[in-house]
Amino acid sequence: MRGELHYDVVVIGAGTAGLVAGARLAEGGARVCVVAKGVGSTHLAPGTIDVLGYAPDRVVSPSGAMEEFVVRHPDHPYARLGVDAVAEAVRWFEARVEAGPVPGYRYLGDLDRNYLLPTALGALRPSAVIPETMTAGDSVVMDRVCVVGTRTLRDFHAALCATNLNRVGIPARSVEADIEVDRADQNSLGLARRFDDPSWRAAFAGRLALKLQADERVGLPAVLGIRDPHSAWSDLEHRLGRSVFEIPTLPPSVPGMRLYEILRSALRAAGGRLVLGGEVVSADREGSRVTAVSTHAAGHNSRWAAEWFVLAAGGFNSGAIELDSHWATQDRVLGLPLRGLPAPGEPRFVGDYLAEQPMSRVGVAVDAELRAEGADNVLVAGAALPGAVPWREGSGEGIALASGSRAAQLVLARSGAPAGAAA
Amino acid sequence: MSAGPTPIDDLLRGSIDHCVKCTICETQCPVSSVTPLFPGPKYAGPQAERYRVADEPSVEWSVDYCSGCGICSQSCPQGVKIAEVNAQARNKLKRQKGIPLRDRIITRPTWLGRAGGGPMAPLANLTIDFKPFRIIGEKLLGVHRDAAAPEFARQRFSRWFKQHPSPPTGKKIVYFHNCGTEYYEPWEGQKVVAILEHNGFEVVVPKQDCCGLPLQSSGLFDDARKVVLRLARALVPYVRDDPDTLIVGNATSCTLMLKREAREILSLEDDPDLKLVSERTYDICELLLEMHDRGELKTDFQPVNEHIFYHAPCQQQGHWIGKPALELFALIPGLEVTEGNARCCGIAGTYGLKVEKYDIAQAVGADLFGQIRGSGAGEVACDSETCRWQITHATGHRSVHPIDYLHRAYGL
Repeated sequence: MRGELHYDVVVIGAGTAGLVAGARLAEGGARVCVVAKGVGSTHLAPGTIDVLGYAPDRVVSPSGAMEEFVVRHPDHPYARLGVDAVAEAVRWFEARVEAGPVPGYRYLGDLDRNYLLPTALGALRPSAVIPETMTAGDSVVMDRVCVVGTRTLRDFHAALCATNLNRVGIPARSVEADIEVDRADQNSLGLARRFDDPSWRAAFAGRLALKLQADERVGLPAVLGIRDPHSAWSDLEHRLGRSVFEIPTLPPSVPGMRLYEILRSALRAAGGRLVLGGEVVSADREGSRVTAVSTHAAGHNSRWAAEWFVLAAGGFNSGAIELDSHWATQDRVLGLPLRGLPAPGEPRFVGDYLAEQPMSRVGVAVDAELRAEGADNVLVAGAALPGAVPWREGSGEGIALASGSRAAQLVLARSGAPAGAAA
Repeated sequence: MSAGPTPIDDLLRGSIDHCVKCTICETQCPVSSVTPLFPGPKYAGPQAERYRVADEPSVEWSVDYCSGCGICSQSCPQGVKIAEVNAQARNKLKRQKGIPLRDRIITRPTWLGRAGGGPMAPLANLTIDFKPFRIIGEKLLGVHRDAAAPEFARQRFSRWFKQHPSPPTGKKIVYFHNCGTEYYEPWEGQKVVAILEHNGFEVVVPKQDCCGLPLQSSGLFDDARKVVLRLARALVPYVRDDPDTLIVGNATSCTLMLKREAREILSLEDDPDLKLVSERTYDICELLLEMHDRGELKTDFQPVNEHIFYHAPCQQQGHWIGKPALELFALIPGLEVTEGNARCCGIAGTYGLKVEKYDIAQAVGADLFGQIRGSGAGEVACDSETCRWQITHATGHRSVHPIDYLHRAYGL
């Protein structure tokens, strides 16, 4: 058929779950194409691997808390995946980081203990596996904190961060760094490009050193390089003679962009294809199987036929699941049945904005193997899964890594690829 | 041409309501990352657009520094038509400020090609290489003295084709050779024809002109509409009555103009001829990959033992079909390919020729040029001719269209 290409697997979505599924499928020998409307949530999230942060109290050990958590939430993705799957996916991820395009960059941590890291607001946030460049921010480090801000980076207010850290018992103060500017404001990526430049960095460190006191560790917004952050971070630690750590910023997220580039490279290195700008506009079915999806392209749409599909397009936040003005909720990508909807007549929203909303666990209905209900060859991964509230639980990346990996393993096992090829 | 809003205009402008200010486009923009003169796609687009009122003067002038590469629209997870909205804002600005003589000249590749190509080529090429002439050109017209300028070919592609008509096979395909092939690189067109004929096509080359993209990207919309519709009228008779006949082109920016940009940016969604041409137009690599997928592409490839660098130009990425050239390269034994991940070479058609934008264009391309130099690759493959000229100008590496390697591998 004109306008059609065939693959073993088509993955829909280029966030963490989609890229992980795509990369692992390609590594396992499948011909895979990842299609996405645009760049995913990586550029907005802090770039940490959050596995389980709140259940609902703050979690010290994700692996220790998991058993009780899944008993209380039997419909949660973790109940289907299990903690071992998360651990396996994290090991795979760490290996891809170390083999990836960002030299020297690595993630540290495990599922047995959460780090407790300062946010840009000076709150403490639990996360299991984090960039090495953030580790000195952990609350177990006893040194006082000096939060360094710059007027050119809006939405990062060092004084606010330091004041709030003091309130949670971390001794902290703030200073403003002098950065010469050529524009009214600079986003985090613009600053990160400057930190990639060794001579610029040296001058910055020289000026900052004069403002620091003894026994202080330095917290900077997470802008320490985009191409070579390991060099930027270790160079600053060396020049300042103390621990330096990154604090995630408001979007765009530089650590998230590094993460995207690492996963994108893993996909490409394994021969997987990536198509951005291609929103899925329709799907063809034969009985209980999806045979092809069509994506929006210039002039004529593209049709992607495959044996298997991995739906990793996200949930409400990405627009993949929609509540329309007639109060109808739908999966806009493949039109699959949803789960987690409030019963007819029950409230969909509660007045307290930050409370758990009745709609927040909505996702594409799946069986125990993450297979979509009513579509035998569609596996669901990431924020499209029902049963989780990732932003409250601090569980988004753990779910994305483990479910993306699981989808890849299930497809490879079913399609007769060598066992363990995805491992 | 009616001045009133059409549904496509409403669609473009309406899309800005979907902007959630996530800043992903800001991270992708190659221009705002090197110059403060352009504040970025989100600022110039969805945000500034709210202050642009149809009949009132433009409030914001930085959008002239947008190169129109379109990466913002491609990366937007919410489907906001950022680049398209900005192109229309640029048009409004040009109508308000007036259009420089330079922009009226360099956006007319057909005029230039007819003036300098063919028998005039040796003389015209002397003036292109002659520094004092280029300095005068910069002072008088504002075309940067160092900007990459291709040499005119002694024989136009269409003249060559008249002497080498395609043998009839009954399986017709319409070849849209762009101005770059016609006046500067006729050998690229000859290779396209050879590959298509090798695969059983009877190639048809209608009389044709520019697609209007240079006019559109410089904000000369009325002229661009006339030019693209003239092209659509020239091509449509060949596809109207035969649902199996396709139009194929090797200039990826010009095929994108036919496929999408003219319809959206120039508000020509309702023109039936253009719509039909748009639906039938294929980029050459897109066509060949689909043929391979159907088992229709000959694969009698000889090894090409080379290490090349591939840069997918912005306009190729704007087709929203990924990078089919990479999958074609994978069919050729011995060919080692380094895929670049730089966003843009900087030239953006005529943007990098302009004296006030030349330095920006070179700064935009610096990332790509560094990747090419560091790759250890010999030649650079790239689907757009102006990008190839920019790459060769900046790096000294020879740069060719991806189909060159298929042509070599076929031994044609």
